[in-house]
Amino acid sequence: MADYETIPINTLFEIPALNPGAMKNSSPFVAAPLHQEALGFPGELVDDWQARAIEKLGELLKKSRALQVYMDSCVKCGACTDKCHYFLGTGDPKNMPVARQDLLRKIYRRYFTFAGKYFPKLVGAEDLTKEVLDDWYSYFHQCSQCRRCSVYCPYGIDTAEISMAAREIMDHIGKGQKYCNEILGKVHQIGNNLGLPEKALIHTLADLEEDIEEETGVKVRIPVNKKGADILLVTPSADFFAEPHVDGLIGYAKVFHQAGVSWTLSSYASEAANFAMFIGSYEQMKLVAERIRKAAEELGVKRIIFGECGHAWRVAYSFLNTLAGPFDFLDSDYPVPQHICEFTWDLIQKGELNLDKSKNDHMTLTFHDSCNVARGSRMGDSPGGQFKIPRAIIKACCNNFVDMAADTIGETTFCCGGGGGLLTDDLMEIRTKGASPRMQALKDVVDEHGVTHMAAICAICKSQFAKVMPSYGFDMDSVVSVHQLISNAIILDGQVQ
Amino acid sequence: MAYECNGTTVEADEEGYLTDISLWNPELAALIAVGENIEMGDDHWEVVNFLRDYYEEYQIAPAVRVLTKVIKKTLGADKGNSKYLYELFPYGPAKQACKIAGLPKPTGCI
Repeated sequence: MADYETIPINTLFEIPALNPGAMKNSSPFVAAPLHQEALGFPGELVDDWQARAIEKLGELLKKSRALQVYMDSCVKCGACTDKCHYFLGTGDPKNMPVARQDLLRKIYRRYFTFAGKYFPKLVGAEDLTKEVLDDWYSYFHQCSQCRRCSVYCPYGIDTAEISMAAREIMDHIGKGQKYCNEILGKVHQIGNNLGLPEKALIHTLADLEEDIEEETGVKVRIPVNKKGADILLVTPSADFFAEPHVDGLIGYAKVFHQAGVSWTLSSYASEAANFAMFIGSYEQMKLVAERIRKAAEELGVKRIIFGECGHAWRVAYSFLNTLAGPFDFLDSDYPVPQHICEFTWDLIQKGELNLDKSKNDHMTLTFHDSCNVARGSRMGDSPGGQFKIPRAIIKACCNNFVDMAADTIGETTFCCGGGGGLLTDDLMEIRTKGASPRMQALKDVVDEHGVTHMAAICAICKSQFAKVMPSYGFDMDSVVSVHQLISNAIILDGQVQ
Repeated sequence: MAYECNGTTVEADEEGYLTDISLWNPELAALIAVGENIEMGDDHWEVVNFLRDYYEEYQIAPAVRVLTKVIKKTLGADKGNSKYLYELFPYGPAKQACKIAGLPKPTGCI
């Protein structure tokens, strides 16, 4: 299937030999005028794109003090150079975080600094040419905005913010990415990334209820648009559609059922994801976030819980109140919003879930920390909760758990390779290559500790791994949802054994 | 891109999904399948026809789980699993089978 070669995973942690231009031709499909205009962007590359790009950059620099600091403060120390999974997987020097930043920084210097205006060659400043724009389009879509490099940067320069700014500029001159922009249009039009209409959602959920009853003998409900429910669950639409996501959704439903709480999904806000973060559009991010508030108000819920979705949790945990708050109509006795893992862990601690660990004895698990959860949010009430809580849940329902190497998990976790708006078929080569550091870390625990499955709490991670794992010799179903493990182990009241 | 089928040109997007799904016909499906290195057998048609029926009713392709359940009922328990569907459509039943069925590509985190 693939007509490219990945770097063999037994050599990964050696820094690859430089391979300049190796990924120059990796570019995603450009958004069609229809998808651009639906979001208020020009349909195609405008005639005066250069002037408008520079103008937009100026606007962003004024709006974001952080971006200005990131443009100014790099000292070329080199700490980030070998930290990006896309560099490690491709050897392309433009995938070194500093080089990626410099694609924007050299334009910043040329048009916004004294030295760059008068002595461009001395300070690495360059004119904004078509070649530079092509490089932007290519290499800013080879950044999954995972922020691993920023952990190692002594100045805390966040390449994700730079790549978001670059994509925002490109959208404003009419060169947006098809995958993200088409999806955002579907969220506004239909309610979710998939384009799953209400009728199909209801049918799919009824089908799942049937499956659960067949398996357990218990009528577990997955309600939609239930007015007056206490909890609104907002989850990625992949949870309704893909494997192993749907097994996670079944897990949430069983937990809610056993907890005896009243809950509902919303067909209007049937999507947790907020792809507007990937394209750096504050306006779009606000519109997408406001759907969740509107659904919560209309249904009259008291709490909002998010399902297993990485960047949705970053947006929810870090930005939701700013984007769509204040949420003073919700019950302040609970976190606003709450993560499904926090909810489940709370019940486990109270001893309210009957979990038979032996149901997961056919697996030895490891856990992949998703980048946006790890570096963009937190869980629970103590630092590091976003690392501890998912692991505590796994250990509460599985006998066999082994962590991967310390520098590949937690705060320094490697991206799955498909985040940040890259989870599209036209970027399969960079996705596959970018997964290699994670695959190496996984292989190590497979070989040493007999790990058979890797759990995750992000829809993108799950889909990405299911797709690329076969290229590294793993089965596509060796990635599982955390709540799938709960679903396997939980014994519901009245369950047929 | 476009497909040439029975003397007519049928437009498709960059990835080969039909831009006008009403222009689909079984000959075109077989032609799209050739491009995907798939030789259409009865089981392939079973999936493709189900996808089209489901789409007509729900305006989207079915979830993989819904699809496997139906296949289980029509083709038997040994074929009612996603592994079998991947044998039929190696690039994934949702995306590859949708392309052959002339339906839009499912998008999102899938």
